[in-house]
Amino acid sequence: MKKQEPSIPAISAVLPNGSGAAAILSAGIGSFMLAFFAIAADKSVFLKKLFVFYKPTGPLSGVTILAILIWLIAWGILEGRWRNRTVALGCINAVALLLLGLSLLLTFPPVAELF
Amino acid sequence: MEITTRALWTLIHGMGFGALYLLACSGALVEIYRRYFPGAANPTAPEDENFLKVYLVAMCVLAWLTVLTGAYIIYPWYRAVAPAGTVNFAAFPQKLLQSNPAVSGWHSLGMEWKEHVAWLVPISITMAAAVVIRYGRDLRNHPQLRAAVLSFTLVSFLAAGIAGYFGAMLVKNAPVEGGQVIHLMHGE
Repeated sequence: MKKQEPSIPAISAVLPNGSGAAAILSAGIGSFMLAFFAIAADKSVFLKKLFVFYKPTGPLSGVTILAILIWLIAWGILEGRWRNRTVALGCINAVALLLLGLSLLLTFPPVAELF
Repeated sequence: MEITTRALWTLIHGMGFGALYLLACSGALVEIYRRYFPGAANPTAPEDENFLKVYLVAMCVLAWLTVLTGAYIIYPWYRAVAPAGTVNFAAFPQKLLQSNPAVSGWHSLGMEWKEHVAWLVPISITMAAAVVIRYGRDLRNHPQLRAAVLSFTLVSFLAAGIAGYFGAMLVKNAPVEGGQVIHLMHGE
């Protein structure tokens, strides 16, 4: 007797890509802000002190908390604006991946020291 | 056989959360590619779909636990300031590295890179998990979303690898030690 295949529901109607685009671009922004704040804290004595949100961890606490806040706020704003829209994802992907690549590069100390 | 509480936390952070994340990452890359690319043989069953979503959420938890334990539990011990007149820097790993030019690069390059690049991991994998949860099987219809999810997951793998490598080398050259001693077993 032939074994019956499990039933798999058909793929639903295509969702607009706006929600995904919001998540992708905001992740790129958050990553870049992390690298930006890390360099800023390293170059400015004032910012280094300002970024000490938790003394035992030092400026790293402020750098990461601020970057995460900006990432989440950007995500919330973009999600609100793009949720039900179809956006030009090619361009958004390019920007997000550029920001992610830059953040990877800018966190590398020899590159960060160039500024 | 004994271990200090600080060494135990380092073990939990690196070998527990961090290494487990790295292991999970290769699986996530393969699964996302295999399931959602147009050439995939069959549409994914809903139960299988849920498995990947739970898997990615578990990766997010691991990534966040890794960076949070690293930054808020272990890093303060690593960067602790030695009191004036201290000669033995064994309890002050950053100072121990900086005091010897032969190993100071493990701090100036290794830790300086690791402490920042590691945070790209939870940001990237949280985004990937959110997109997979939101779109599920519909990702087959969104090649650009798939490409972005795969790229960010790949970068998270790379960033976790960098952080993991330097973490291991830092432990080798200037281990975070101290705190209460836990006796695991008696030797013969």
